[in-house]
Amino acid sequence: MATTADHFQGHVDDHHGHADHDHKPGFFARWFMSTNHKDIGTMYLIFAIFAGVIGGAVSGIMRAELMHPGIQYLGAVASFFGDDASDFNATLHMWNVLITAHGLIMVFFVVMPATIGGFGNWFIPLMIGAPDMAFPRMNNISFWLTFAGFCSLMMSAFVPGGLGNGAGTGWTVYAPLSTYGSTGPAVDFGIFALHLAGAGSIMGAINLITTIFNMRAPGMTIHKMPLFVWSVLVTAFLLLLALPVLAAAITMLITDRNFGTTFFDPAGGGDPVLYQHLFWFFGHPEVYIMILPAFGMVSQIISTFSKKPVFGYLGMAYAMVAIGVVGFIVWAHHMYTTGLSVNTKMYFTAATMVIAVPTGVKIFSWIATMWGGSLEFKSPMVWSLGFIFLFTVGGVTGVVLANGGVDDVLHDTYYVVAHFHYVLSLGAVTALFAGFYYWFPKMSGRMHSEFLAHVHFWIFFIGVNLIFFPMHFLGLQGMPRRYPDYAEAYTHWNQVATVGYMIMAVSIVIWFINILYAFTAGKRAEGNYWGEGATTLEWTLSSPPPFHQFETLPVIEDAGHH
Amino acid sequence: MNAKTLDGLGRNRRIALMALAVAAAMLGLGFASVPLYRLFCQATGFDGTTQRVTEDEAAQIKAVANTMSIRFDANVERGMPWQFKPLQRTDDITIGVRDMALFWAKNTSDHAITGTASFNVEPEQVGKYFNKIQCFCFTEQTLKPGEEVRMPVLYYVDPAILNDPDAKDVEQITLSYTFHPAINSGAKALDRTASGR
Repeated sequence: MATTADHFQGHVDDHHGHADHDHKPGFFARWFMSTNHKDIGTMYLIFAIFAGVIGGAVSGIMRAELMHPGIQYLGAVASFFGDDASDFNATLHMWNVLITAHGLIMVFFVVMPATIGGFGNWFIPLMIGAPDMAFPRMNNISFWLTFAGFCSLMMSAFVPGGLGNGAGTGWTVYAPLSTYGSTGPAVDFGIFALHLAGAGSIMGAINLITTIFNMRAPGMTIHKMPLFVWSVLVTAFLLLLALPVLAAAITMLITDRNFGTTFFDPAGGGDPVLYQHLFWFFGHPEVYIMILPAFGMVSQIISTFSKKPVFGYLGMAYAMVAIGVVGFIVWAHHMYTTGLSVNTKMYFTAATMVIAVPTGVKIFSWIATMWGGSLEFKSPMVWSLGFIFLFTVGGVTGVVLANGGVDDVLHDTYYVVAHFHYVLSLGAVTALFAGFYYWFPKMSGRMHSEFLAHVHFWIFFIGVNLIFFPMHFLGLQGMPRRYPDYAEAYTHWNQVATVGYMIMAVSIVIWFINILYAFTAGKRAEGNYWGEGATTLEWTLSSPPPFHQFETLPVIEDAGHH
Repeated sequence: MNAKTLDGLGRNRRIALMALAVAAAMLGLGFASVPLYRLFCQATGFDGTTQRVTEDEAAQIKAVANTMSIRFDANVERGMPWQFKPLQRTDDITIGVRDMALFWAKNTSDHAITGTASFNVEPEQVGKYFNKIQCFCFTEQTLKPGEEVRMPVLYYVDPAILNDPDAKDVEQITLSYTFHPAINSGAKALDRTASGR
């Protein structure tokens, strides 16, 4: 127990009541031994941006390769990672490594750290009027476990993983490809990365649940919590229930790979399909883990810029609970082609479609919140509107894919790729940008440029739609996922998608310029720079908030702000 | 203030421990799913899992007039140096009457190999009606270099299949076996890795 960590833990240990609460520790103690929820949130956000740039660069390589039929750049990439450039199998293996890395990075090291670790850490205590998280030291461990997991994943790219260097199993790590199909330590490194990130996320979930249950300001009942807090609470429960199942499944993969067990090997009485069941029992809640905090952020933003409380607050909160609950009993819709009976398919089709109902409640309520509101199209609002549109497109294709019969045709085609990128890449990430522009001045104390934020939005919006909308056509025409090459007939829409990627990349540059602008020339942000619509507790504090906030707990009046 | 703060810490610990218990329970459930999944498949015939019955149970089944065509399929895991095939392509059987099917296997390598057979039936909804009394797949089979062997399967189709609306269109059942090198029998008989292919 480090003494440096003790003395700035603040309130809990402060029996004298006259310590200097804005005293910040030195650089090393502040950032490497941090127990401050805002500092840890900042580290999560910077980490997610860093990982996002790497994951985005990986998809850039993929889009470049897919611009033309045939193999263009993969060989060069493979030799960069130490493969024999003349070995065509190693070249093709590199493609599998790229799709695996892109998926794992974006899911575990970009979206989850940014939404839950970053914005969750920053704004859950602020929104419920708490001085910090319930377990500040565990908070620190969560972050560094996630970071260590990322390092493990990066290392896997440089060690043998079967036909070439790196883990080429896809983010699903299906057996038997991930067991006796991939020799060498790369897949072990990849699985270890998931173990570390998973352990970090479980600890984070325990921390968030305890914080939200125990540390709300006086008067803030469960039914008065801001919707972002609700969304993170539901997400934390999903993490708690889903991630241990993944941990069990990938632990069995490790023992199958290294210690001679046959959990997923028919030769010893196992079944590879069981791995798929376990993976998707985690994997489907995981997609809600990624999108629910986005729902929460969008609810705050729409309410702020409509200058109205959210329409149907309770319905919005319990719609998220319903999505979370139903999300656990639909997993086999990812496995329609594994030989499920007609009755099983009928159940999973129906159960999956049921999720469209609470999701529809949310979309409806966002629109109803705006209805008759005093709308102001500041950048977070524009990003949120973009989110609603893009997420709805992805939701509609989700209902299409939910049909067991239709999925037999579309399974593993680009239609699926289009669907999950519309809900995640375009949905969750658009909401992340909305949250970023909403809270960046609060976190940094500097105003970004609204003009650049709008330009960023429009270029990003055009770019991502150009990337992913044509993938619906490619998928319907039968182009399969996970191949570096394709028949010439698919060339046109692939080229459009690659051009879309370049446009999207430009928008990311504009984003970075905007951040640079904010820190060099940005105006100082007031406490509540969005004005009367911003009613949650973080707006009662300065921007940035003091190192320790709410020394006197705020009291929530009965006529709350919903 | 002091007492209240300490009280708060205790409450935090309680919630954290409860949450940890939930996570631990889910972890346990993840591992428990392995035997549970096997039991589920055996009990329900899920995904074409055939049933195993004793002589006594088999003796109580009454034959009915209907017949069913059974098709036999046999193959080995890629790279396993065995030949393995059914000695009859199809068989017309009376539902409820036991029948014997013969399979033939030969070890074409120069060392002894122990194999174990995995099995299922198609269409998968008939798994719970396909009963085996004896089968070479119940145990591991060891073949010496060049050895050939005939292996029997004693089975019948349960007449209850006639009352199942999901199985009413079934006119033929395919019984399929795949031989794998037995992993649990010690020496690895076969390099199954990607580089070994």
